[in-house]
Amino acid sequence: MNDAAHGEYKWIGTRPPRPDGVDKVTGRAKFGADTALPNMLVGAVLRSPHAHAKIKSIDISKAEALPGVKAVVSRDDFQDMPSEMVPAGEMMVNYRDMVRNVMAREKVLYDGHAVAAVAATSASVARRALKLIEVDYEVLPHVIDVMAAMKPDAPLLHDDIFTEGVEPVPDKASNVAKRIEIGFGDMAAGFEAAAEVIEREFDTQPVHQGYIEPHACLADVSEDGQAELFCSTQGQYLVRAHCARLLGMDVSRLRVTASEIGGGFGGKTVVYIEPVALALSRKACRPVKLVMSRDEVFRASGPTSGAHVRIKLGAAKDGTITAAEAELFYQAGAFPGSSVQPAAMCAFAPYALEAVNVVGWDVVSNRPKISAYRAPGAPISVYAVECVLDEMAARLGLDPVDFRLKNAAKEGTKAAYGPKFGPIGMIESLEAAKAHAHYQAPLGPNQGRGVASGFWFNIGGETCVSLNLNEDGTLNLLVGTPDIGGSRASMAMMAAEELGVDMADIQTMIGDTGSLGFNFLSAGSRTTFSTGMATVEAARTVIEELRRRAAKIWEIDVDAVVWEQGSAKPAGSNAGEFEPLSIAELAKQAGATGGPIAGHAEINAQGAGPSLGTQIVDVEVDPETGGITVLRHTVIQDAGKAIHPAYVEGQYQGGAAQCIGWALNEEYVYGEDGRLQNPGFLDYRIPVASDLPMIDTVIIEVPNPSHPYGVRGVGETPIIPGIAAVANAVSGALGIRLSQIPMSPPRVLKAIEEAG
Amino acid sequence: MARVVLTANFALYTGGESELELEAESIRQLLRRLGRRFPDLAPHLEQGLAVAVDGQIYQDDWFQPLAPDSEVHILPQIAGG
Repeated sequence: MNDAAHGEYKWIGTRPPRPDGVDKVTGRAKFGADTALPNMLVGAVLRSPHAHAKIKSIDISKAEALPGVKAVVSRDDFQDMPSEMVPAGEMMVNYRDMVRNVMAREKVLYDGHAVAAVAATSASVARRALKLIEVDYEVLPHVIDVMAAMKPDAPLLHDDIFTEGVEPVPDKASNVAKRIEIGFGDMAAGFEAAAEVIEREFDTQPVHQGYIEPHACLADVSEDGQAELFCSTQGQYLVRAHCARLLGMDVSRLRVTASEIGGGFGGKTVVYIEPVALALSRKACRPVKLVMSRDEVFRASGPTSGAHVRIKLGAAKDGTITAAEAELFYQAGAFPGSSVQPAAMCAFAPYALEAVNVVGWDVVSNRPKISAYRAPGAPISVYAVECVLDEMAARLGLDPVDFRLKNAAKEGTKAAYGPKFGPIGMIESLEAAKAHAHYQAPLGPNQGRGVASGFWFNIGGETCVSLNLNEDGTLNLLVGTPDIGGSRASMAMMAAEELGVDMADIQTMIGDTGSLGFNFLSAGSRTTFSTGMATVEAARTVIEELRRRAAKIWEIDVDAVVWEQGSAKPAGSNAGEFEPLSIAELAKQAGATGGPIAGHAEINAQGAGPSLGTQIVDVEVDPETGGITVLRHTVIQDAGKAIHPAYVEGQYQGGAAQCIGWALNEEYVYGEDGRLQNPGFLDYRIPVASDLPMIDTVIIEVPNPSHPYGVRGVGETPIIPGIAAVANAVSGALGIRLSQIPMSPPRVLKAIEEAG
Repeated sequence: MARVVLTANFALYTGGESELELEAESIRQLLRRLGRRFPDLAPHLEQGLAVAVDGQIYQDDWFQPLAPDSEVHILPQIAGG
């Protein structure tokens, strides 16, 4: 049932049923592991049992000889790549690192690192074949913790990393890949002017995106080298780019189809098993299905960084922040490239500052190469910043929301990372937080309330769509961005709004890489913004063509034809007395009036507007067990314009749920041997429904002037403030501030004991 | 003349100069002229950038015009997850 339309829109802002709902609840939806082909083989990957080791030799001969084994691949089946940053779509990628992450070459760099793979006639044959592959390792010392990895005597992962971003360039290799710095203003003067200065350090553990659907793909390479790949991904075009490069193929000869996706959150923006499956299929000349187990997902796909963060904050008596400083130490995993750069840029972004400085360090260690996780890097830096802000507010005797309002960024504020903001919703989110019933609700014993705010840039990017009018007046909208958050519905709504037709007459489909030009990922909170912008452009092209056809039929000038509510109409009585022509009537006559009617758009969407938000969390701490119950959680965030409010609310709630897990329970646990101890959901504890309250949401709308409907991306900001909001609530409940997450029961109990 | 601001990492290649003025009509023209003025910086301007013009961030948009008095920030590329 639809809600009534609000304001001037018929579809925008309403809540029609999701088009993918029936397939998903009946199990009909095809996820990455849900397809099969005749003659299909089963793939399996041999993974390193060591955190760090040289590979002295790999002998696959016995595995190849096992009946039922049709192909075995290892490093010898992947051409080495030079070390250089090259563009892949809109990203810069070092393919030398990528080829080594997909299949180890000289060394294994983490427990779970792929060493070889087999394709066999059954899973049991594949498993037996893996056991027959003989790998001679020379085990090396390993290092996991970021600070330990920075020490001069730390085990060295690579002998060709010389820290970038420092002067002079070091002449000795280390695990420190890069130093970054942003900021402006006179820091010394800023701290001098402060009435209060607080300096704190925090530690976070690595966490996984926790998508329920593992990585899965089906590859089929024919004898003439043409290939098809069906996979769970946030970006079929990036998969195509990476796989074509790694396998030495022309991009045009590889067609990649994105399946329905059971979660990605940034973790499915890269390739792991896809090039391996293609290599196996090419060798076997048969289709190969390769699906990661949950164990493999944890051991061998990219989590976010663990980190150490130092914050120093100065403020005047009236609450004005006079100086803000941070130093971020981020694990990159086995290869350089953590998210420390955006973390640095976001850390203080919601605030108007005269003096700010953030230094970040990108450090490799013997863990899987990190991958993006929803606003990559920012949840960690903002956790630390917002905890110190909370402490400062208390020290100054200020309400935490008022303290943030005092320093809130607004249109024209110079952002901590440099440029001035356009219109943003920081103040609106804080005012809504203060006015919310949650903020005023009384608290009981052992209960505390926390508040925090956050910012994410959002992006645009290369996007193509095609909108085709069918002969019966319905439309098919083909987009190239996988639907990870309801975008199929949102695109149909925008197209329906433009065309003045029923949304039910528009079917949105996700095209494979052969059907549209290049599309960047569904990531960066860009899809509703960018694909929406392209959809609107395509719809307007269709309208122009429909007007031209009506003008032809009526034998009048096209300027005398208007398009209103799904029909062509004469612009006025001077244009002539004609009955309106509906879209269906024009579609029926399309062939005779010039051919099929369609619109398309190929854009590099610019003008993405940032989304800022504030979250309020109430918790209760059990002082006997250290257990923390989240009693209430409210997410207040700027969406610019919520095309489909239920989907926006879903993004807010999902991000909040991930914050709760990150803050309270989730962490990778490594043994002394560097092996992951908890590669499964039993021991890697993500929140389940019974752990969470109903997460309340408030959608703020400060329109983004660059989008036809004012849209801002919303997918990433919700994961940013929640960790600190939970931490601040725990601090309020306990009267003790923990400086490490997750705040699991043992850590809470230890903090209580130490505080006496 | 556009006012150009570089982050500290880019300023490593300009002898520490992080703010300067440059005449240019588009992002591409500005980056080329910046690279000519600071040859060590040039390789880092070829790709992997975001450019903020009067507060609006552009990525891979070479021909975005600049006003005579635009404020331009050269930033690292911004992505997401």
